[in-house]
Amino acid sequence: MSKTRIGDQVGPYFGEYGGRFVPEPLIAALDQLDEVYSEARNDPEFTKELNMLHREYTGRPSVLTEATKFAAAVGDCRVFLKREDLNHTGSHKINNVMGQALLTKRMGKKRIIAETGAGQHGVASATAAAYFGLECVVYMGEVDTERQALNVARMRLLGAEVVAVRTGTRTLKDAINEAMRDWVANVDTTHYLLGTVAGPHPFPTMVRDFHSIIGKESKQQMLEATGKLPDAVIACVGGGSNAIGIFHEFLDDDVKLIGYEAAGDGIDTPMHSATISKGTPGVLHGARSYMLQDEDGQTSDSHSISAGLDYPGVGPEHSWLKDLGRAEYRGITDKQAMDAMALLSKTEGIIPAIETAHALAGIEQLAKEMPGANILVNLSGRGDKDMETAARYFDLTGVNRIVGDE
Amino acid sequence: MSKVTELLNRDSSTLIGYFPAGYPTIDESVEACLEMIKGGVEILELGIPYSDPIMDGPVIQKATEVARANGFRLRDSFEVIRRLREQTDVPILVMSYWNPILRVGLREFSEQLKATGANGLITPDLIPDEAKDWIAISDELGLDRIFLIAPSSSDERIKRNAEASRGFVYTVSTMGITGERGQLDALARDTVARLRKVSTTPTAVGVGISTGDQVREVNEYANGAIVGTAFIRAYAEGGLQGLIEKTQELAKGLQLQSD
Repeated sequence: MSKTRIGDQVGPYFGEYGGRFVPEPLIAALDQLDEVYSEARNDPEFTKELNMLHREYTGRPSVLTEATKFAAAVGDCRVFLKREDLNHTGSHKINNVMGQALLTKRMGKKRIIAETGAGQHGVASATAAAYFGLECVVYMGEVDTERQALNVARMRLLGAEVVAVRTGTRTLKDAINEAMRDWVANVDTTHYLLGTVAGPHPFPTMVRDFHSIIGKESKQQMLEATGKLPDAVIACVGGGSNAIGIFHEFLDDDVKLIGYEAAGDGIDTPMHSATISKGTPGVLHGARSYMLQDEDGQTSDSHSISAGLDYPGVGPEHSWLKDLGRAEYRGITDKQAMDAMALLSKTEGIIPAIETAHALAGIEQLAKEMPGANILVNLSGRGDKDMETAARYFDLTGVNRIVGDE
Repeated sequence: MSKVTELLNRDSSTLIGYFPAGYPTIDESVEACLEMIKGGVEILELGIPYSDPIMDGPVIQKATEVARANGFRLRDSFEVIRRLREQTDVPILVMSYWNPILRVGLREFSEQLKATGANGLITPDLIPDEAKDWIAISDELGLDRIFLIAPSSSDERIKRNAEASRGFVYTVSTMGITGERGQLDALARDTVARLRKVSTTPTAVGVGISTGDQVREVNEYANGAIVGTAFIRAYAEGGLQGLIEKTQELAKGLQLQSD
């Protein structure tokens, strides 16, 4: 008798997590999306079109790079980077965005809205909107518009309207609230292009499916490079989309899966975003999952130097994987992440996003626990957008030397 | 039968008023609710301030932020209900997003509602599909449970949500969040008409109602009108006196129209 495969699980529920905890006005749109997506995933034409876009626009398959010098610097292991940073727009986010943009066309909608933290999903959404001729509004917490100003400019150049959200903590959580409010009012004409594996069904399943190409490609690439499966697959976790994307293909394999959450100032301080490690189950943004909340069920403020991980919720499938013991979740502090960002830059000539650096920072400890391990890392995004934060953090403003006139 | 159902099924108009518990402080929120009731509000919708109110517009968001900044805690909701109950028999329905209730524990929360004399719950982000436990506990304790229907709801969902409700079913007047609207959508009238074809559950219409004329208009086809933002704006701008005047204006919409 065959065992139930973990990887076969689809929403609305992942164990006790998931569901649709949203106001009734949105249910019709979620039903429509669920229906259109179910049709599309079984339609060879849809798959063909998406594959073509991945090949000719996104730049897939993304390559696998072995980071030998980085590995030598951190310990006894081999490190393989799945280069989602090389995708068009600079992160994994485009995988999901192109899929949902095609669905938007199928639904006959002309306007997309999106939330963004670091700006990666906002940039990807603005890009798809430009490509497909859709109107695009991106909601971004005011704090994030400041720390990711470069991405704001990119989105605007692409023709999107960027709305700074001043409510609540003025970060990703509040950007999602505002996008939901827009969606309630404009659901007839608008698709909410949610950027992570959180939110109400069908988003967690659909967004995961669109990102599962990361794991599928890298499994093949690891087999080609090493002749076997990796010993561990790791990724950073905010909402959890890049992590689920690379984990999914390995869920039923004998491979260790580790998600790294942002521990901010430290996992035992109040200043962190380690939702799974330190949170409790609750309902946020339409799904039941682990979340950071106080004893009254009010959402707690999260903190991370990385805008993309600064979120007090997480996708329901991760909560399920944590409870099943299938995946493990660990915290990485701001400092550890920034050190790893610098190390990869200097040893390999690859500047990772600060989000991604959280996964890289976990390798040193992992190599101690699994000596000689082959570790596959989802290099989910490039760090160009983080130069202002990095320049401040490492004091890189100005130049080393000036030559020329006195 | 639910007292709320009885009230709404009378052959007259009904005004349902929303006000957040603890806004701006606990004492002042009790005082404000009592003035609303004195002025003609026959069912009180008592809001629980919450960090992520995705159905609410800026006025209610701001008010609930003020309440929380002034130290509002969830247990204070029960204190407000208790104090109101000492002075009024008007039905009190608590409006809360789902997470605070889950956090306290659904049974614990429901029993506290019952013990303090609240009549039930309005749940903006809980659809009957996800409400098995709440339906069972509210049946057991005899608490009203108000689900929503919207212009976008299918006839099937309208029927299902109406049948799952106890007390009344809340018709969302328009596609959007709470806040005043100059003109009420024809959508509200259509939605109520669709409801009437599939269910006898009474309904009150909310979202966007801010004038006495709109209260009158809504009561022509629905069993009651729900007003929130307009009360809070009046209070924020004119204090208790402003709230009293706004209540009087809205209550004019309850009087029979003389042709």
